Amino acid sequence: MKTRRQFHKLMAATAAGLAAPAILGSKVFAQDKPIRVGASVSLTGPLASTKNGQIGYELWREDVNAAGGLLGRKVELVIYDDQSSAANVPAIYSKLVDVDACDVLFSPYGANLSAPVMPFIKQRDLFMIGMFGLAGNDVAKHDKFFHSGPWGPNSGRDWARGFFDLAKAQGVKKIAIINADLEFSKNAAKGGAEVAKEYGMEVVFNQSYPPNTSDFSSMIRNINAGDPEAIFIASYPADSTAIIRGVKEIGISDKVKLFGGAMIGPQYGALLGSLGPELNGLVNSHTFVPEPTMQTPAIKSFFDRYTPIAVKQGVDPLGFYIPPFYYVAGQLAAAAIKGSNSVDPAKMAAFLHANAVDTIAGKIAFTEIGDWKERRVLMVQLRGIKGNDLEQFRNPGHQVILDPPSLKTGDLAAPYNKARAS
Amino acid sequence: MLSIDILLNAIVTGILLGSVYASLALGLGITFGILHIPNIAHPTLVVAGAFFVYTLTQWGIDPIVAAVIGLVPFYLLGVVLYAFYSAVFERKGGANVLQSLTLFFGLSLVIEILLSLGFGSELKSVSVSYIGLSLKLGVLTVPYRLLIPALLAPVTIAAVWLYLSRTNSGTAIRAVAHEERALSIAGLNPASVKRHAFGIATATAVIAGAALIMVGPIEPFAGRYQIGRVFAIVVLAGMGSIPGSLVIAIIIGIAEALVSSYLNPSWSPGVAFAILLLGLALRPQGLFGAAR
Repeated sequence: MKTRRQFHKLMAATAAGLAAPAILGSKVFAQDKPIRVGASVSLTGPLASTKNGQIGYELWREDVNAAGGLLGRKVELVIYDDQSSAANVPAIYSKLVDVDACDVLFSPYGANLSAPVMPFIKQRDLFMIGMFGLAGNDVAKHDKFFHSGPWGPNSGRDWARGFFDLAKAQGVKKIAIINADLEFSKNAAKGGAEVAKEYGMEVVFNQSYPPNTSDFSSMIRNINAGDPEAIFIASYPADSTAIIRGVKEIGISDKVKLFGGAMIGPQYGALLGSLGPELNGLVNSHTFVPEPTMQTPAIKSFFDRYTPIAVKQGVDPLGFYIPPFYYVAGQLAAAAIKGSNSVDPAKMAAFLHANAVDTIAGKIAFTEIGDWKERRVLMVQLRGIKGNDLEQFRNPGHQVILDPPSLKTGDLAAPYNKARAS
Repeated sequence: MLSIDILLNAIVTGILLGSVYASLALGLGITFGILHIPNIAHPTLVVAGAFFVYTLTQWGIDPIVAAVIGLVPFYLLGVVLYAFYSAVFERKGGANVLQSLTLFFGLSLVIEILLSLGFGSELKSVSVSYIGLSLKLGVLTVPYRLLIPALLAPVTIAAVWLYLSRTNSGTAIRAVAHEERALSIAGLNPASVKRHAFGIATATAVIAGAALIMVGPIEPFAGRYQIGRVFAIVVLAGMGSIPGSLVIAIIIGIAEALVSSYLNPSWSPGVAFAILLLGLALRPQGLFGAAR
């Protein structure tokens, strides 16, 4: 028996010795179950180009756990692929809440996919951070919903107001508006028409087109016939490419001073790389660009870590538009949990309503329906692009911020044809 | 506003777009129109062809040359796909339409996922010197981005039609659609003939893919947006009428362009189906199909 006792002691000592480095070398979390953060991400399907946002979530999880977790508990991400289909979203979020018992929810990407989950969130009184859903809470008006994106108040109408402010400053009197027949683009165009009217501009052409239209030559000719001085476009990536190529092929009036506004696509590496110099002169919305007024050590550190992962995963190596705000979503959730010392939805929401939060995208304060109190959508003009090398977009001067004035790094180069040729 | 230059440009654009649609529909015209195999995966195979072309263009090869290079591999892919289809359904005597649709639906999903894994989900486009330039002919402005892909369709359709109508193996392909048993009595293996025809249909997908990626950027799921239109073209042309599909595609293209120019572009996706309904009401066998 003595031998067996000695053997057990030896095994216990060995086990302790083997475990010691792991125990000492990692954060020790309390015995409580982890805090679970649930989300759907479009890993497949037509919106799969937004999946690089998941890197933002994962970097945040890595950071928060390295700092000891939240309330002494480890943070876990529970992520499902919604396949870019709104039909899958309700079931995914039911599972996240009822089966996976998630404490915090991040919405799917964008307005189209977020809309189906809003009634559920409101009915169950859950806490959610919204991911890029323009005017996502304007109907439900749920008091526990907060946007990670910088759309600002009255976003359905005002998020692209910067484009119209620039047009107004240029003395634009006639404007054309075109949009894809999809939720985000329709909202942007409707809001744009209202702002144009408010500024006394005549909308000489206002037309929508079906998604995945590949030829815009007829529409561009009709726009030219209306003789506008600015053209506001709310499009999706494939259409954005076709429109920009169409303008090059058909030509556009020299009277046009501003062209762009709400085109999705020129924010992503894929289109920046493929269109290259064809993008010169475009004035378009963005959420982050590496201009001097936006560069902070925190955001620089984020991109230093994001880029190698993105390259390895084969997603957008620039990642300016979406990933930082997925990290911001995590920071907002963390601030709410820490600040309220709870995962109770009401307490977390109350904290975010009462306190501004420091994030890698700056300090964020919220309205009663979770919009950023201050709109911080950028209007940038693409300039000086030569060739198709993506690395040039990491340097300042190629995506010059024209609006908001607090972040401005240059003046508008107009008219569009002249800026295009630059 | 009814200015003559907008009208003429709309008609020319419609002809070019229609021609590209005909390219997309050609393979389906063979598999569905002649072989009666409802290959709803064909638009996805076209997208796969576009990615094949994209890959070769990254090495500086012109898209059209890339498509020609792709003919043999895509023919072989088609042969393998038909062999699988035949083994699963035809040899067991149960190739009903619903099962076939399910098989090809599943196949298109698999291809989409493979393309996503292989190429990522970002849009892919080709950069060729003539893309972005236009041919000016009086009031007409014709983008090469549409003109060159549009020229591919009549050439490919003529080649396929000549093959089907002037060669023995082409005649066998047309015969297998009408009476398989008679073909067996004549000493030919219907499965072998169909396999060859399916290979040709799949080979046309790479030509159509080259046209598609020249017109605009593509992503792995781009085939979904074409499926309704290409079926409408094949059915309205009349099952098996390959040249007819070019005519119908151009009619649809012109109608879409005119609707976009003078009414509302949002209505254009309905144009193909409106013409289909009208056409079938007047001629149930299709505008160029023989009454059976």
